[in-house]
Parts: sequence; C-alpha cells; structure tokens
Amino acid sequence: MQFMLLFSRQGKLRLQKWYVPLSDKERKKISRDLVQTILARKPKMCSFLEWRDLKIVYKRYASLYFCCAVEDQDNELITLEIIHRYVELLDKYFGSVCELDIIFNFEKAYFILDEFLLGGRPRRRPRRMC
Amino acid sequence: MPAVSKGDGMRGLAVFISDIRNCKSKEAEIKRINKELANIRSKFKGDKALDGYSKKKYVCKLLFIFLLGHDIDFGHMEAVNLLSSNKYTEKQIGYLFISVLVNSNSELIRLINNAIKNDLSSRNPTFMCLALHCIANVGSREMAEAFAGEIPRILVAGDTMDSVKQSAALCLLRLYKTSPDLVLMGEWTSRVVHLLNDQHMGVVTAAISLITCLSQKNPDEFKTCVSLAVSRLSRIVSSASTDLQDYTYYFVPAPWLSCKLLRLLQCYPPPEDGAVKGRLVECLETILNKAQEPPKSKKVQHSNAKNAILFEAISLIIHYDSEPNLLVRACNQLGQFLQHRETNLRYLALESMCTLASSEFSHEAVKTHIETVINALKTERDVSVRQRAADLLYAMCDRSNAKQIVSEMLSYLENADYSIREEMVLKVAILAEKYAVDYSWYVDTILNLIRIAGDYVSEEVWYRVIQIVINRDDVQGYAAKTVFEALQAPACHENMVKVGGYILGEFGNLIAGDPRSSPLVQFNLLHSKFHLCSVPTRALLLSAYIKFINLFPETKATIQEVLRSDSQIRNSDVELQQRAVEYLKLSSIASTDVLATVLEEMPPFPERESSILAKLKKKKGPGAVPVTELEDGKREGELNGGGDGGPDSSTLASSNASTPSPSADLLGLRSSAPIGSAPPSAASLLVDVFSESGSAAPSAGVNDDGFLSSASPSTASEDPAPPLPEADELLNKFVCKNNGVLFENQLLQIGIKSEYRQNLGRMYLFYGNKTSVQFASFSTTLNVQTKPVEPLVEGGAQVQQVLNIECITDFSEAPLLNIQFRYGGALQSITLKLPVTINKFFQPTEMASHDFFQRWKQLSQPQQEAQKIFKANHGMDTEVLKAKLLGLGTALLENVDPNPENYVCAGVIQTKSQQDTVSKRLCDLLAEQF
Repeated sequence: MQFMLLFSRQGKLRLQKWYVPLSDKERKKISRDLVQTILARKPKMCSFLEWRDLKIVYKRYASLYFCCAVEDQDNELITLEIIHRYVELLDKYFGSVCELDIIFNFEKAYFILDEFLLGGRPRRRPRRMC
Repeated sequence: MPAVSKGDGMRGLAVFISDIRNCKSKEAEIKRINKELANIRSKFKGDKALDGYSKKKYVCKLLFIFLLGHDIDFGHMEAVNLLSSNKYTEKQIGYLFISVLVNSNSELIRLINNAIKNDLSSRNPTFMCLALHCIANVGSREMAEAFAGEIPRILVAGDTMDSVKQSAALCLLRLYKTSPDLVLMGEWTSRVVHLLNDQHMGVVTAAISLITCLSQKNPDEFKTCVSLAVSRLSRIVSSASTDLQDYTYYFVPAPWLSCKLLRLLQCYPPPEDGAVKGRLVECLETILNKAQEPPKSKKVQHSNAKNAILFEAISLIIHYDSEPNLLVRACNQLGQFLQHRETNLRYLALESMCTLASSEFSHEAVKTHIETVINALKTERDVSVRQRAADLLYAMCDRSNAKQIVSEMLSYLENADYSIREEMVLKVAILAEKYAVDYSWYVDTILNLIRIAGDYVSEEVWYRVIQIVINRDDVQGYAAKTVFEALQAPACHENMVKVGGYILGEFGNLIAGDPRSSPLVQFNLLHSKFHLCSVPTRALLLSAYIKFINLFPETKATIQEVLRSDSQIRNSDVELQQRAVEYLKLSSIASTDVLATVLEEMPPFPERESSILAKLKKKKGPGAVPVTELEDGKREGELNGGGDGGPDSSTLASSNASTPSPSADLLGLRSSAPIGSAPPSAASLLVDVFSESGSAAPSAGVNDDGFLSSASPSTASEDPAPPLPEADELLNKFVCKNNGVLFENQLLQIGIKSEYRQNLGRMYLFYGNKTSVQFASFSTTLNVQTKPVEPLVEGGAQVQQVLNIECITDFSEAPLLNIQFRYGGALQSITLKLPVTINKFFQPTEMASHDFFQRWKQLSQPQQEAQKIFKANHGMDTEVLKAKLLGLGTALLENVDPNPENYVCAGVIQTKSQQDTVSKRLCDLLAEQF
C-alpha cells in the first residue's frame, strides 16, 4: 500500500498515512486531486479506479471516505477488507465511531492504524490499545 | 466535544480542537493557531521544567496544527525527549510526532536513533514494537544504516515475542524497499524462509510479505519457500471455517494469509516436484469449488474475503498458463461474475478476463461471453467499468469477431467519455488493420473513425490509412470513391480533408469517369474546404492541386488561377506562399513529360512496424494487451502482404539533401537552384504526411518524447565562445518581431520563426549552409537543454531545430546559443543570444479607459512603476510607432488618453510561477527600439 487517506464529504482530510517517501507538496497535490475525483463519483459506482499508475480502493462509511492507494499487483477486494477491518477496530475502541471521534482523538486513530498496518501491510489485530 | 475520553484524555487538546472547529473564518483559525503557538513556545522556553503530561499535550497540539496544514518549526526536541519517557502514552506521542514530521536535522536524527536503539534493546515488547514502527514509518536511509543489521537478528532470535517478530519482519521489508543495498539477508535467508512454518499465524503473514519481496529480487535463494507455501496453503484451504478461530474473518479462514501465499507462488514457475504440484492443483480446485457453494453469510465482508482468495487463485492459474482445465474453469467462474449485481465483482471479472483472453487455452472460452461484454459496454453506468469492458473486447478480438467488435466500439465511441476516446480510436484503428479481410471494410472503418471522433484521431492513424491505400492497388479506387462521398458532408473534420486531399491527389483519376465526380467537381469539392483549414492542411491541399494538374490537364487553368490569386501567392504564411509560387511556376514551365515524372504516383511504402501500434505501446495500461502477441498476429495479417510501410527516413533524408523540400526550405536558399529543373519531387508530398519523422525537416509539433532521452551533443569540449559583439544588436532587432534572419556570415545563415502563447513559446531555428561544402560535426548547445540537430549539414542545405520555451519567472538575460561545426578542417564556433525577451510573454489586454486608470492607480508601490525618458534615434512616424508597440506584444489602447500624441498600451506577462511586474526591464527594451 502506498498511502491511506480519510476525508469527509466536504473534502476535509481527517487522516493521512504515507508509506512512500513524497514531498509535502506532492502529498498535498495527490490528496487534493484524489479527494476531488472520488467525491465526484456516484454512490453506486464501483470501489476501484485506476489513477495514474496506482489502483485506488475506497469506501464510504457514513460521512467519511476511506481511501487506499495500492500497487498494480495488490488485491482490490482484500484491500477493501483492510479498510473495513480498520473501521471495525475504530468502532470497537470508540464504541460506534463517528467523524467527531476521529477529529478529537486523531492521535488515537493514528495509533490504531499503526498497530494494525505496518509499512502498509496488515500486522495483526491489536489488543492492547494505548 | 464527544463523550468518549478514555483514560488519558488531554483536556487542553480537546478544548483547542473545538476552538479551531468553532472558528468562522480562515483568518480566525490562523489567529487562534498563532496564539496557541506563542503559548506553547513560551511553555517550552519557560524556566519551569514541564512534566511529561504537559509535554505530551503540547507536542500533540503541535502535531494537530501541522496536520491542519500549517508549518511547525519547533518542538522537535521536546518530542525527542518524550521518546525516553518510561510512560507508554508519552513515548507513543513522541514517536508519532517523529514519524509524521521527520526532520533531516542530523543532530536530531542521532538523538532519535539513540532512543530507538535503547527501546530495541529494552526487551519490553511494547517499546520494541513502537521503535520498530517508527523505523518503518520513517524508513529513511539514515535509519536503514543504523538498524538494517540489527533487525534480522531480532526477527530470527528464539526468544523474541511473536508480536515483535511481526513488526520486525514488516519493518525490515520497508527498509529493504528503500535501501535494498543495506539489507543483507545472506546468513538469515533459510531461517527467514522457515518462518513460514511458524506456529503463530500473524508471524507467518508478516514473514510472507517480506519473503515475497525478497524472492522477486533473488528467486533462487528463496525457492525453498514454494513447497512450504503450498503445504501452508493446503492446510488453510482444507480447514473448516472454525478451525483457525482468531484468524477466521467472516467465516473465511485466514483470507489475508491465503492471498499472500497465492501471491508469493506467483513469483515462481509451477512447482517441478509432482507431489507438490498435485497438492497445489488440489488447493486451486478446492478454491474454485468453494466459489460455487452457497455463502455462509450474507455480509459483503464474507463474499469479499472469499472472492479475494478466488481472484488471487485465478491470477496464479493465469500465471502458470499450463492447466487448460483450470483455465477454463476460471473463465466460467469469471463469466458468472460478469452478470453479478455487485459492480465491484463485474469490474474485477472484466479485468481478470482480459488476461485470460491472451492464453491459448482459454481464448475461445472468453469469446463465448462476447454478448455480455458488449452489453456491459452499452449499459454500465460507471465509466471505469465500461473502460474495462472496452479493454476486454479489444483483448478477445480475433478474425472471427472483428467486424462485430469494431462496429460496437465505433458506436460506443459516439458517446464515449472524453478521457478514453483517444485510446479507443487507436484500438479501433489497430483492430481494423490487424483483422481486415477486405480493404474496403478497413477504409470504411477508418473514415468512420474520423467522422465520429475526428478530434481524437492522431496523425499516426490517418498516416496509416494512406500508407495502406498507397500500398494496395485493389483498394485505391474504392478509397477515392468513399473519401469523395465523405467529403460531401456539409461539415467534415479536417483530418478527413487531409485524407481526402491526399487520396484524391493520388487516385482521383480512378473515379473521374463518373460525371458526378469529374475532375473539376473533385477540385471544387476540395477547394470548398480550403479556407476552413489550418496551414498544414492547406499546404497539403496545394500539393494535391499540383498533382491534379498532372492527373487532369483540363483543370490546369482553374488551378493556376487559384494559385495565382493574392490569397495564395501573397499569403502571409511563408510556407503557403512558397508552395503557391513554386507550383504555379512548375505548372507553367515544365513540359507534360517532366510534370508526369515529377508528380508521379507515390511509390509503395517500405515495410515497417505500424506507427499506430508503436503509439499504443507507449500508452501503457492494462488494456494494452500483450503487445508481442499482437505483433505476432500482425505478421500473419493480410495487410502486411502489401507492405507495412512507415516513412523511411533514410530515403527521405537523401532526397532532401539534394532537393530540400519546400517545407524545410524557409530561408530561400534554394533560389540559387533553377526552379524548373529542381522541382519538389515526390518527396515533398511525403514530407507533408510524415513531416515529423523526416530527418531534415522535423517541422511543427515535433514529438517532445525524445527530448530528454536523447543526450545533448557532447562535442563541446572547448568552451563555447563568448557571444558575438553584435549579438545584442541582433537581439534588439527581435524585440518587436518574431520571425526573420538572426545571423548571417559567409558560411552560415540562421533564420528564426517563433510563436508565443501565454507563458509558452516555440522557436524554430533554421541553419542554412551557404557554401557548397558539407558542415561536419554540426552541433548546437544552449545553456538549457535542446534536442540535438543533425550532425551533418550538406552544402546548400538547411537543417531545422525546434525549441520549446516556457517562461518560469521574470528574467533579464537572453539564453545563449552556441553553434559549432567543422567547415573544411576548421572548427567554427559562434555564440549568439537567442531573441527571447520578457515581452514575448506579453498577453495583450484590451481594456476601457475607466478600467485602465483603475488598474493604474492600484500599482502604487515604487517598484511597480518605471519610467524612462530617451531620445529617439529615428523619426516619429505614427504608423511605425504603432507597429512597434503592437510588436512588443501589448494591446494598443486608443481613446484612453485624451491626447492622441500619447500612446497607452496594456499587457499581462504570464510566467509559470506568477505574474510579475517587470516594468523597468520593459522600459529598457523599448528604449532601444526608437
């Protein structure tokens, strides 16, 4: 996985995790472009799209979009489940998670992600939290 | 504020975040942030030592501010201090800050590495994990240097906790990706491979990622992993859904691990050991069987996990491409998905089938789904799915279904999304050519293509149809007739005019017998489009006209009249004017015999790779279908029987060297040669069509692709000469004009044509050899990168060079151009200033008096205004003055200033970075002009 972004329906970035070295400017450009592309898509469209030379896998949960960029050989469906698993973990920790939880406890959201994904690969189900 | 605030909630942080959220404007937000930054700074600087909690809280606030998109330039030290805290939560925040805001400050890196080292040797698994995460998150070279030796040891040590092992494996993988030279597995290899046997599934999952990456680089060293992976996979696949407890995800046993095992196996060929292979085939069959079983849960997570394994298994089957039975089963399974109600599955099935179509075992099976795929192309609501359908149609196309597929793709093109039209056009053109059974179908298809999507038909496509028509005499009459009919349409695309002009100029005689398409009718039809076309097309049409004079002597008078008209013979475009003059002269001086020789039908094109195929190869993408396969098909293709020609640059070059083609000759060097005896040969028409590849005449639109790949000439071992003394004077000549002769001496003449739009410019340089002797080792160097020119300039000949210019920011020095060549034995070197001045990037701006003065008043700061009073060297002629001011690139605003003796101009300078005020410099430039 190259990076993961969480953003709201209004296009506000809530969490960003980069697994490849990129300059701050590039990161900003990528997030801007991608957020625009995804927000323009209609609800029933498929969760995968080709974007530059990457595959984008995204899914919307309530007001938040979860979006992962994976490489060509990566499996789209399993990536979709990585997203779901992460949402489940957030849900378990916060107890029916909502966007506000992630805004106010952004550092926890990062910790949970780090526990779950390391270098962009699922590691395990985190037990101990903070 | 949310109610949830577990354990160590930081109240101050929550208050701050909610303050920020309550800010009504960006300004208010910035104000609040600045206030907070000042507060934190004073806390960090204060005399009182902060306790761990406060430090953590402030560092966390800084992190939040950074994530909002603001710069943070302090607090790193405090974050590093947190790393050595014994409290998990404090350490954790420290590491998070470090991994988000990596600072290349070397001193800090040393401190960070020190803290990491301490944690790694702490034997506290949670601390070790935090340290490993930080290394993996940062992944910098410095960290690789510090830890690449240590981590493998942790990974294979017997007493390492499982959770730490997982982190170590993934951390090592990350370091290997960034600095493969620093991660030396050597002695660890076999122990790492044996992690596949580990009791702990989490360790296996993490280790597989590492092993997959390592085996891609060194397959031989890791090949023992194949049999281990197969037995592991077999155990998972045959387990019941409850066996693996913790690792069962929505009733699917270990989906992540299964996918990774299947992915690892794709790094290797099928196992040679019969028993291992048998076991693997069994696994794949079981996976395919499970896809047919009723789902154990209605949840989408269940089906996603299950299908993720299935698609990975199908990838492996396609990768092996040796089990016909499995390939066909895979194809049938994908066929079911094509009609699934989940869009995601339809998308993946189309994508996966695309690769299946290229296997000889499954190609026929894929073809049976053609109707479904065509239906998908027509009805899918999501453009990315339609794109996959189009790719699959392209991949499954062969002689038996080409007509159907091409016609479906054509009708899809009429409302296809703009983003994919060009690629679609190329694909249709390739399929039509590759599977053409009769050429009339091919010609119809391409002309339809131009009619439906003319704007997206690249030059390669219409060059190709002309090459094929020229090479196949059985289709020429049909092509002439069809293109004649197509041109009757009231509005037809310029590409159609190009093809029409070329084909009628060559083969118009084949349909001239019919009174409805008599020579004069043909000519009038073509000429009715003339005034709507761009310069290159008009030039092509003029060549077609001269060909008409040869084909149909009865049109001579009419055509000569057209050529003689002011709009041709005095055309402001030098290329068109020259053609008109030369063709007119040619038609009146040359005898019929000479005309017939000069304007003879084009010879067949030599066999070559199709230019459109080459173009599609450049566009990579999953739809591009194995190109080798396509080419094999092409070699058998019937069209190639007739020669698969592209422009042969060597013949072109030679003909140009002796007779520079009209399009290359812009300086009129050829005027020394008697016009009648050196007429534009057939090569001139060739140049029209293939101007891009003609070596001596790379005219407009030279492909930028080769720009950086071809190294710039390296001949300049001597330092380039300083600019000529008269260089500045030459430069000043070009401030108000774009075309002309830049430089001339006894040997060489350099002409310039240039055009500018906003911040972009394109300049053509023409180097004309005035002598009768060849210039050897001819090279030009610019203090920026240029595309190399031809190293030889024949006597009397001319070469052309194109420069693309972009104005990045305000500049005052013109770029220097150094030209070197050998004339006789002597090395000549000339350095000139290229006439690129800031005013070239002026956009004339029209504005009314009121607007002008309003803008004028806004420019109140001293550096925004410049004044220069100078003495005119020439008389003040109103018209000359106006011409010069317009030439400068500004708009001349009349009636702005009540005094008619005062001139008011306005323009905006476009640069890539910003629009700059350069008033002073402009003043200086202008002063030289009068």
